[in-house]
Amino acid sequence: MTGQLKKVLLGEQGLVVIFIVAFALVSLLVPNFLTDRNMLGLLQSVVTVGIVACTMMFCLAARDFDLSVGSIVAFAGMVAVMASNATGSILLGLIAAIACGAVVGWVNGVVIAKFRINALITTLATMQIVRGFALISSDGRAVGINSPDFYQLALSKLLGIPTPIWVLAVLFAIFGFVLNSTVFGKNTLAIGGNPEASRLAGVNVDRTRIWIFTLQGVVCGIAGILLASRITSGQPNAAVGLELSVISACVLGGVSLAGGRATMSGVIVGVLIMGIAENAMNLLNIPAFYQYIVRGVILLLAVLLDNLRSSALGRR
Amino acid sequence: MSFLEFSNITKTYPGVRALSDVSFGVEKGAVHGLMGENGAGKSTLIKILSGDQHADAGEISIDGKVQAYASTRNAFDNGVIVIHQELQLVPELTVAENLSLGRFPASAGVIARRRMLDDVGAKLKSAGIGIDMRRKVKTLSIGERQMVEIAKAIMLDARVIALDEPTSSLSSRESEILFALIDRLRGEGKVIIYVSHRLDEVFRLCDSLTVLRDGKLAAHHTSLKGVTRDQVVAEMVGREISDIWGFRPRKAGEVRLKVDNLSGAKLRTPASFEARAGEIVGFFGLIGAGRSELMRLVFGADPRSGGTIAVDGKAVLATSPHDAIRAGIVLCSEDRKHDGIIQGRSIEENINISSRRHHTRFGVLNRASEIATAETFIKKLKVRTPSRRQDIVNLSGGNQQKVILGRWLSEQGIRVLVVDEPTRGIDVGAKSEIYELLYQLAEDGMAIVVVSSELPEVMGICDRILVMCGGRISAELTRGQFAEKAILAAALPDKKTPDAIAS
Repeated sequence: MTGQLKKVLLGEQGLVVIFIVAFALVSLLVPNFLTDRNMLGLLQSVVTVGIVACTMMFCLAARDFDLSVGSIVAFAGMVAVMASNATGSILLGLIAAIACGAVVGWVNGVVIAKFRINALITTLATMQIVRGFALISSDGRAVGINSPDFYQLALSKLLGIPTPIWVLAVLFAIFGFVLNSTVFGKNTLAIGGNPEASRLAGVNVDRTRIWIFTLQGVVCGIAGILLASRITSGQPNAAVGLELSVISACVLGGVSLAGGRATMSGVIVGVLIMGIAENAMNLLNIPAFYQYIVRGVILLLAVLLDNLRSSALGRR
Repeated sequence: MSFLEFSNITKTYPGVRALSDVSFGVEKGAVHGLMGENGAGKSTLIKILSGDQHADAGEISIDGKVQAYASTRNAFDNGVIVIHQELQLVPELTVAENLSLGRFPASAGVIARRRMLDDVGAKLKSAGIGIDMRRKVKTLSIGERQMVEIAKAIMLDARVIALDEPTSSLSSRESEILFALIDRLRGEGKVIIYVSHRLDEVFRLCDSLTVLRDGKLAAHHTSLKGVTRDQVVAEMVGREISDIWGFRPRKAGEVRLKVDNLSGAKLRTPASFEARAGEIVGFFGLIGAGRSELMRLVFGADPRSGGTIAVDGKAVLATSPHDAIRAGIVLCSEDRKHDGIIQGRSIEENINISSRRHHTRFGVLNRASEIATAETFIKKLKVRTPSRRQDIVNLSGGNQQKVILGRWLSEQGIRVLVVDEPTRGIDVGAKSEIYELLYQLAEDGMAIVVVSSELPEVMGICDRILVMCGGRISAELTRGQFAEKAILAAALPDKKTPDAIAS
């Protein structure tokens, strides 16, 4: 019996099983959890983390790291709002935001891959530089959105489900496909497994890494736009600490910080577990200060479980 | 009852029975050889001895006392020390500090440096190890580091010392020093377990010998008197291997690879050579002679500072392995673990990593053809594995090598195959399979370049040998001219007599 249980929990799909059990328990025990409204609210609350986690997964899988995502999200949000206000065209604002995200990501990638600066240090630097840009651009103040159409990005619904959730779902599908079924995805995992051997096997390691960071920037741009639309303004102090939530969600989803191991399904589950925990705690009126502790404990437990799984897989 | 006794050791990993019911004993003051092909269970047995792994059944006793370790630390305390192929030293610390690590003489947490140096100095002296203990380990040669590892065992008053392939990266001279040290330890009544692939060493050094095959005890010799090499090889492989080289003469065709005055940061003297279609060219030399450096330049793994490379008369401007592969040059690196295998990924992915580009559309993989490629090469190269989905780190060295060969053979338009130490750490059976494969590839018109530190190997399988010494090509011999002395003389840096090393 216990042997069976261990096998299920430590197997490939262990995390999914734990997620289903946790979901069922929370549904039963927490009042008002399993309602349409709450479910949509829960999904809305994980949109930013979920979107950024898509590409953070690639970053971690290639043994890299990106701390600048929170700053890029805030900066892209500012750019989107300010550019649309200035030009009167929302589309131009969106393009500008995504382009800015891409440029920051590309710079990260080039510095890391070509100049061989540690990813942690590089993105720690750009995290501060980009946050600085966001603050300077509006002199530290929030910038309101002129056009009401901009709000519609977050408010509009398709088949009763808000647009941001659709965007999240589409990105999950796209990046799941990219990871498993494209050369780019496989090269990412190979680089994380052994960068030098990958290079000697003909993988263009530098180019792949630059692409990973550029994509990360683009995705942060999308997240920044949706966030700005939801909070109806560009906030230079938005998304502070986002990088830690995103990395937590990825690690929770079984992405190895040592590189070479990642699954989209794992990351989705990781993102949802974080969302459910927060949502349930809110419904139970647990004060925010305690929520930090719970989140930390969940992360530690997840990593512990992952460790047990690795040794059960018999890494000799 | 022997001093060190293994009784009925059994160990099963998921899907593999690594050891089944292995029993044998070793006497005090003996050097005991442990031989077997890769995957025969030697490493597992050593891991159980060191407390790194636990046997499912059976026990180990030392001096009549059953050992039950919970960890390697316990094994340490019981006087069992295992010296692994990958040495466990801290590069930034000095020899003395490494030897005192974990048991620094200290008062109130402050290291008593004088006392540490005295202790270490005395031990090194009594063991006859002449290494300056104030030097940092990172400045030592691999041979010297190995000495430090053994000194560590002596410092701990080890009763049982297991050496896992200790000479695999040593020069002949360093090996000699190691053997002298082992002789000395034998005289002091230690038990030495000597794991090696090299028959010469085992016959020269060991008093007794155990051969494992497929996790079972294949043979146990309490004395090596009257035991022949062929007999031991047969015990390891389970069949007679008459001629492991199996050389077949071939006709060399057009010049495939032409390297002209190639140089780089690690190879200052420009080097030139060529290899023809159907030819196997050997590069022999001591470690550090510049052979691997030259091959890395040919493959674009290191940036070149001058010279040209041409394949079939067409200049190759490769500045990266990525380009070299597309020009038809591939390299199997010497350091499989660091430069070859992608850890944590399956055999299937390790095979397809490069060649998948021929089956993709817009960067999207063709799963079916990847599976087919993997299955084809697993079968063709006789990779021993339960499944193509197996993580490559779970394979033995020989099988990993075959997977990497599969990676290149599944590529298209490969004209030049460079293999650097293709059979290092590989057992006899897999060796002859790899040689046979090289002959077939040469017959199909590839130019093959073999870098090897084993003279019998280059002499056994090559059509032509280039000798390197001190970063330049010092001699070239065709098969008819092969002579051990001449090759060694060209490989040695100064006018030292080759006989001393040939013996």
